[in-house]
Amino acid sequence: MGIKSPLITLMPNKTFFWFFLPTGLAMILFIGLPIISTGIQSFYAQHDQVVKEVKKCDPFGCTVSIVVDQEKTSKIREEKPLGKFNGFGTYVDRNHLAIEEIGKFWNETNSFGEFVDQVTNLPFYKALIFTLTYCLFVTPNVLLLGFIIALSLNAVTRRIRGPLIFGTILPMIVTPLVGSLVLFWMIDAEGIIGANLQMLMDDPYLSLKSSKTLTWITIIIYGIWHHSPFAFVVFYAALQTVPQEPVEAAIIDGASRWQRVRHIVLPHIYPVVTFVALISLMDNFRVFEPIIGFSAEGSAQSLSWLIYDNLVNEEVILFGSAAATSMMTIVGIAILLAPVLIRTWKEFRTAR
Amino acid sequence: MEYGLDKRSNALKIFNTTFIVVWLLVACFPFIWTFWGSFKVRADFFSRADWWYAITAFNTLLETGGKFTTDAYSQAWTEGEFWKASRNTVIVTFFVVTISLFLGTLGAYALSRSTRNYAFWILIAALIFRAMPHITLVSGYLFPFFQLQIWGILPTTIVVLVAINQPFTLWLLYSFFKTVPKELDESALIDGCSYFQAFRHIIMPVMWPGVITAGLFSLMLAYNDFTVTALLLNQENHTMVPKIQSYLGTNQHEGNLMWAVSAVVSATAPLFMLVMFFQRQVISGLTAGAVKG
Repeated sequence: MGIKSPLITLMPNKTFFWFFLPTGLAMILFIGLPIISTGIQSFYAQHDQVVKEVKKCDPFGCTVSIVVDQEKTSKIREEKPLGKFNGFGTYVDRNHLAIEEIGKFWNETNSFGEFVDQVTNLPFYKALIFTLTYCLFVTPNVLLLGFIIALSLNAVTRRIRGPLIFGTILPMIVTPLVGSLVLFWMIDAEGIIGANLQMLMDDPYLSLKSSKTLTWITIIIYGIWHHSPFAFVVFYAALQTVPQEPVEAAIIDGASRWQRVRHIVLPHIYPVVTFVALISLMDNFRVFEPIIGFSAEGSAQSLSWLIYDNLVNEEVILFGSAAATSMMTIVGIAILLAPVLIRTWKEFRTAR
Repeated sequence: MEYGLDKRSNALKIFNTTFIVVWLLVACFPFIWTFWGSFKVRADFFSRADWWYAITAFNTLLETGGKFTTDAYSQAWTEGEFWKASRNTVIVTFFVVTISLFLGTLGAYALSRSTRNYAFWILIAALIFRAMPHITLVSGYLFPFFQLQIWGILPTTIVVLVAINQPFTLWLLYSFFKTVPKELDESALIDGCSYFQAFRHIIMPVMWPGVITAGLFSLMLAYNDFTVTALLLNQENHTMVPKIQSYLGTNQHEGNLMWAVSAVVSATAPLFMLVMFFQRQVISGLTAGAVKG
């Protein structure tokens, strides 16, 4: 691999170890171990409350009532804080893969459409479908819009590009929560865009919360708004490296602007497109802050949001449920990354 | 030569200009509007009657006697304890950036100078770690942190953010150190320096452009984080972003919306200034891993 210097060939293992130890330790302790911890937690479920029968007698007779044994419940929770072992129970329950329910729906529903309807109402599948829809619509549009902005800005006089680029990247540098809030305050029924839309459509009840489709569209538009600047920046930098001779030759040969973009520019920046698509897909898959920003929990839930919701549960934190969803999210990420990893591995093997 | 400026038809020029103007409006107007609205009262910025009130400041005039008011700011910063949240953000950001850069430069330097296989696999592992949604990691932290009783405090969050930040920092600095000629430190090694001495005396003086870029990204991550800070810090220690969320209120508690608006402006302004000054570094950082393919 590479040209080796004749004098010092390799950094000794021992030196490498000491240089890498701090960062390696940080990553193992706080990224590697938590993944394992999540895996373990996903096999446990919180304890049921211990109940006891209380016999109460008064002059009219005795009644037996069932009450929660607070003392025993807190004792068992203290002894086994992780909860009770549940195996794959959490994975298949109603809030996750819902195997039983799906079987039931399959038998009970009359048409396939009805079956799909029932299944997509289950929390996990609902979230999965939203997450995938979001990725599917946001990623390609981000690539397209980012590319168009890059081409446009690249044609502007160099002197005024600086401020234009600054304006363009603003949506990207704010945190998603702030970005979605800023848009939400305009789009909401009491905001500037929302109020004008109501007037235009002549519908005083038109609002984001009233329609599921509208909410989804808004969040997707937010996603494109937030991520396009990233695609723009990368494409813009790549455009600076397009060789000029073929472009000039094409102009002389009478190639149209579109032909030049299609046959010279696009092939040149193709590797960058894959990179942007991959990063953007990874980021879109974890969408969840906009759902909070747009207060859209009612009609749009993502996988990450489900985990968040379990973790901020008021009565008792649902560690097991959150962990099971997390593990399945990680599997999803692995599926997304697999093609890239396989390609890298092949390249690595041929390089040796 | 200006790429694409040749024989440009007027129609195309007009189309191009219109497109850029429209896009910039879409990108910037929400921020300008929020900034403008933060100096109004709630009845104007979130007007049930007429959105035009936000411009004419009808209710702001009635309630405060002026067209602009800074009430939302002063209340959020004092009553809303936004000063505490911003102090926490400063603490978290400062330590995350410093520690991230310290760990990152050492690790990335070693990765860039080692040609062994494990260096390659470590970079791939870092890429996989970079892909993990932060919320899945948080669901792994909560339980052990409760058990160890280190939940809710700033140091825990700082360490977690540093770790989450490492994969990106490593990749960024790795591609930067690759551009620093090997001959520089090798000549020092031949002269009898140890690797640490070579790093200290030869690499450190030339690594600042890369470090500034990596530092900016660590800063943006720590400053902007919501997932980790909202779930790993207790109310008292909340940083700015979770604080803004708490102003929104839940169904049970009526939040104070104008506090949120002014807090959003207060939190965003320093970030915009920073990016304005360091625009070139931000852009070079985003493209570092990309342009090489």
